[in-house]
Amino acid sequence: MPRELLKGNVAIAEAAIRAGLEAYFGYPITPQTEILEHFARRMPELGRAFVQAESEVAAINMVYGAACTGVRVMSTSSSPGMSLMMEGLSYIMGTEIPVVLVNVMRGGPGLGNIAPSQGDYNQAVHGGGHGDYNPIVLAPSTVQEAIDMTVLSFDLAERYRTACIVIADGSIGQMMEPAELPPMQPVKRKDWEWATNGAIGRERRILSSIYIEPAEEEVANLRMFKRWQEIQKNEVRYKEYHLEDADFVVVGFGTAGRVALSAVRTARQQGIKVGLLRPITVNPFPYDVLDELSKRAQAFLVVEMNMGQMLNDVQLAVKGRVPVEFYGRPGGVVPFPDEILSEIQRVATTDLQVVSDPRHAWYERMVEYLK
Amino acid sequence: MATLIKPENLVYQRPEAFTEFPTHYCPGCTHGVAHRLIAEVLDEMKIIDRTIGVAPVGCSVFAYNYFDCDFVEAAHGRAPAMATGIKRVLPDRVVFTYQGDGDLASIGMAEIMHAAGRGENITVIFINNAIYGMTSGQMAPTSLPGMKTTSSPLGRDVEIHGYPLRMSEILANLDGAGYIARRSLHDPKNIRMAKKAIRIAFETQVRGLGFAMVELLSTCPTNWGITPLESLTWLEEHMIPAYPLGDYKVAPGVAEIK
Repeated sequence: MPRELLKGNVAIAEAAIRAGLEAYFGYPITPQTEILEHFARRMPELGRAFVQAESEVAAINMVYGAACTGVRVMSTSSSPGMSLMMEGLSYIMGTEIPVVLVNVMRGGPGLGNIAPSQGDYNQAVHGGGHGDYNPIVLAPSTVQEAIDMTVLSFDLAERYRTACIVIADGSIGQMMEPAELPPMQPVKRKDWEWATNGAIGRERRILSSIYIEPAEEEVANLRMFKRWQEIQKNEVRYKEYHLEDADFVVVGFGTAGRVALSAVRTARQQGIKVGLLRPITVNPFPYDVLDELSKRAQAFLVVEMNMGQMLNDVQLAVKGRVPVEFYGRPGGVVPFPDEILSEIQRVATTDLQVVSDPRHAWYERMVEYLK
Repeated sequence: MATLIKPENLVYQRPEAFTEFPTHYCPGCTHGVAHRLIAEVLDEMKIIDRTIGVAPVGCSVFAYNYFDCDFVEAAHGRAPAMATGIKRVLPDRVVFTYQGDGDLASIGMAEIMHAAGRGENITVIFINNAIYGMTSGQMAPTSLPGMKTTSSPLGRDVEIHGYPLRMSEILANLDGAGYIARRSLHDPKNIRMAKKAIRIAFETQVRGLGFAMVELLSTCPTNWGITPLESLTWLEEHMIPAYPLGDYKVAPGVAEIK
């Protein structure tokens, strides 16, 4: 397909349609509303289901119902709306059915604002709904990646009977850049062996997240974890930049990772041996790659557009071998490359200690920086 | 058992739409009657194999065990949203929800209102027993003024808790509603009328005439703290005056079925 100038939100919606999306249920919220608007026009003209729900609570439960029939279904929202979907997400994970969600993240907590943020990393990656569950979480840094990950999400969700969440910073949804959409796939309604689509000529089926016997719920939890281990083994995705000889490793996902790459390239020109690891799947997280890097790197710098959420996962992988430093811009602020460059220079020239929470020192620097 | 009875003498048997799973309901509870009426209607209409049920949270949380069709289990109050998702992708299937008063009229108020408002082509069976059964007897949005529950121990004080919600009257105001009726399960005559209403509610869906709901006044002897027989009398004497029986919405197309 030709490259076109595409807005992230529109690209995500059209990519889902071309991946065979049969039903969309959503609710307007900035900065993801263009996704809903694109579906509002396109889905009916293709004879597919579209409902603007009365709330995100209703939308996720419409998704839950449609997913039980085995069709490709999705919803999209932005941070406050995603919070409302956490109930439904927990039920979906407990029922073990495929669903795709996109969170075009904005500044928080609370009503916050409508600027780009990565404040929902923990909500997506480390739960958000009740109970133990592990969705696959993908983090695009470009419009092209947002397209590719949306398509991939449907395959992953079906392969593992799980929810797959794309967390796109508000900037990914709102910006336009050249990208290539995939060709239109025909809608292939699969007759899954678990789908509740009417017991015509077969035994009836029940889809539920209820296991009233604790021992059975325990077995279900263990079964889901085994599947998660399989996902961890097969589906870790990331991108490496200039890491071959790196003494210092920057880790950032999505927009933060993209901005950090500019800083890394400038630092390289200045002779600093620094590279970037940009997780594509933030769940499963590339622990093993970071584990290996921590055996030869002198220090890590985690850059996020939040108060330090992925930071904990990097620390888990590095295991205290070398210092892990943090630089974040929370609340809807996007860092400039020169801010990250200063941090790289600081990390490369300072005698750093391993500390349990590098955010305290970062906070002191931030207070100074914002004066 | 059935083999001992000559076919010509057989007047009562398990509907085919039922599984052989024994129900978990308390003695004297009218959930069993409501279930049976639905099963008989599904049998008579010969639609059980293309029916998909949506079970609620509440006493009837295990409803999926008893009907011999595909079933899903919704979160508390969300059954109409889940049914919407199913019906929109499988319009030729028959989709029904079975919900209690806490589920439908309290936590699921938004979902039921908008499902009806959209004219969602689903059938809702609404069990109104004026109390939360599964959590053991708390005040429901349909509890009567003065009614004692574990969360209104001195009786429902309308100054504090406000007034009961009459869902059939409320939903009948919406253009999307095709058929809205309230019936009672307290005696044989009313049970027969309830079955007829349930039949119309499923016919409404099969003919694509919009949202259909039958509200069934029901008993909860366990949490009302009286015997099953006293419960039937209490329903008749106290609930029917507060929740008058009748058809609240019969769209023109539905009137032709009747």
